[in-house]
Amino acid sequence: MTVRSAACPNCGATIEFRWSSAVQTVCPYCKAVLVRRDLDLTKVGTVSDLPPTSSPIQLGTEGRFGPDGFVVVGRIIYAYERGGWNEWHLRTTGGISAWLSDAQGELAVSTPAKSAAELPTAESLRVGQSYAIDGLLFTVASLTRARYAGVEGELPFESWNRSDALFADLDGEGDEPRFATLDYSDDAPVAYVGTYVELEQLSPRNLRRFEGW
Amino acid sequence: MSAPAVASLSCSQCGAAIELRTLDQAQSVVCASCGSILDARDPNLHLIQAFEARQKFTPQIPLGTRGTLKGEKWEVVGFQVRRATIDGTSYDWEEYLLFNPYKGFRYLTQYDGHWNDVQVVKAAPKELTSGRQPLVILHGETFKHFQSSNAETVFALGEFPWQIRVGDRAVTRDFVAPPRMLSEEQTPDETTWSLGTYLPAAQIWEGFALPGNPPRPRGVYANQPSHYRPMVGSLAKRYLLLAAIVIAIGALRFVSASRAVVYTSPVSFFRPGQAPESLAFVTPTFTVKGRTANLEVATEAQLDNGWAFFEYALVNEATGATYEFGRDLSYYSGRDSDGNWTEGSKRDRAVLPSVPAGPYFLRVQPQAEVTAPFLEYRIIVRHDVPIATPYLICLALLALPPIFVAFRAWGMESARWKESDYASGSGSDDSDGSDSDSDSDSDDD
Repeated sequence: MTVRSAACPNCGATIEFRWSSAVQTVCPYCKAVLVRRDLDLTKVGTVSDLPPTSSPIQLGTEGRFGPDGFVVVGRIIYAYERGGWNEWHLRTTGGISAWLSDAQGELAVSTPAKSAAELPTAESLRVGQSYAIDGLLFTVASLTRARYAGVEGELPFESWNRSDALFADLDGEGDEPRFATLDYSDDAPVAYVGTYVELEQLSPRNLRRFEGW
Repeated sequence: MSAPAVASLSCSQCGAAIELRTLDQAQSVVCASCGSILDARDPNLHLIQAFEARQKFTPQIPLGTRGTLKGEKWEVVGFQVRRATIDGTSYDWEEYLLFNPYKGFRYLTQYDGHWNDVQVVKAAPKELTSGRQPLVILHGETFKHFQSSNAETVFALGEFPWQIRVGDRAVTRDFVAPPRMLSEEQTPDETTWSLGTYLPAAQIWEGFALPGNPPRPRGVYANQPSHYRPMVGSLAKRYLLLAAIVIAIGALRFVSASRAVVYTSPVSFFRPGQAPESLAFVTPTFTVKGRTANLEVATEAQLDNGWAFFEYALVNEATGATYEFGRDLSYYSGRDSDGNWTEGSKRDRAVLPSVPAGPYFLRVQPQAEVTAPFLEYRIIVRHDVPIATPYLICLALLALPPIFVAFRAWGMESARWKESDYASGSGSDDSDGSDSDSDSDSDDD
């Protein structure tokens, strides 16, 4: 069953879900992190104020990628030693979760890999090694240990129990700038495959507005 | 509601106000008043590096300036001066970091008045290592290796999406395909490629509303587009067209000229050694008809190792108008170690331009020095003869612009490559994707 709205167990405010099957959301009023267990929302923590971002994307931004429309329903902020990036959680009209990453203004859209072939363990990962993902060859370009630095909106999984995780960035071959990411947040690694995009390619609506821009 | 575009903080070292224009993307920020490099991701802005630059530099586009480049709005948020040291000489260039929250980052570089609009490329180009001069290919375009060097940051101002430090070093390789340039920067941490496009300084002055005029660029820059090279081909084509027209007109003239023989002297002899005055004579009157045209006086003398000089006066019997001219003829022949040789000619033609119709006679006064006892000669006068010289001069003059432009194009390419790792005494071929004709294969150390 789907729930379109619910009351925040912490402050009582009405929370409208953009995506009815979200596993986790953050109350926009009291910043309580809420996890859906059975039919109830349970508060598992509170997020502190998010650092100001220059990302033009925000919750509620809509656009198109390929044949599908999407709406931005959540965000995870990752931070690592030399920087950070935003992963915006997209809910597509095709019914899947996709991720729009914004790293220093470089945008990329990725989706979970279709064919979950055997992925290397975190211990066996080496820069320069190549792996076939979804029938394409990718080479490990860098390994980053990043921490969850903030969260907002609706996510397809619980993030609250996560402190840091290993990410592998892989470069594809060919003229199309493809890339893949291996995410070791969970017990089993998850592969995402994506392409770099320009903001205009997404025909975005409801972008953030910045003073003077 | 619009989000604030800046975060206001204060310097942890001197207390001066600091604004972060790129918000969470800034990783380091340089205090404009004390020069300290601070960690922009730390709310307390802790110190990364105290002011160390030996020299102060002033950006030509002040930080915070907003302008328009190629139709897009950009704000200058960072500025660094980088230095390459080649053979003990240092070369400084400027790098401006531009930001737009909807577009990300972009750079402007400036060296000796030459500007480039630079963006990071996501896909590394393919490299071909065959031959002396490496080539890289990006999106089907071939770039030729120009120079390898080291870049050191010597001054920084503003904010950067990486932790900048004075003294940062990178190994660089530049590849050119004017007006574009692909640059590789290697640090121990990463390799990045960026694509620059040569930008006339006037576009920056106009786009950022800078006062005055941009400094004149000096020399030829690695990826500066050549004005001349694209012109060479079209000028050559135009020359061929004009030459064809000139030749067609000449051919028409050649067939349409009447070449009317108006006078032929009998075969005449004279004995050299006589007093010249006594040899002088006057021809019978002949009539020149038709339109005003040139008149050819042809002299044929059966010279054999000797010379002759004919002093002519063409006199219009009706008006008294006189054309005086002298003609030299000489013909020598012999045999030496190289075989038979001859010098000079037994024939001569003088062409008088624009001779109107009318009754004329020639006064002729020959002189000669010959080995034979007699000199046999004859004079033939023709009206309206075709002559090639003006057409040849015309063809030569028409060839001057393409030759001049080709020379300038060659000069520009040779000035361009003189600054490269492939500098040699002569110019460089550069129109195709093959190796340059340089004889230097020096690379970075």
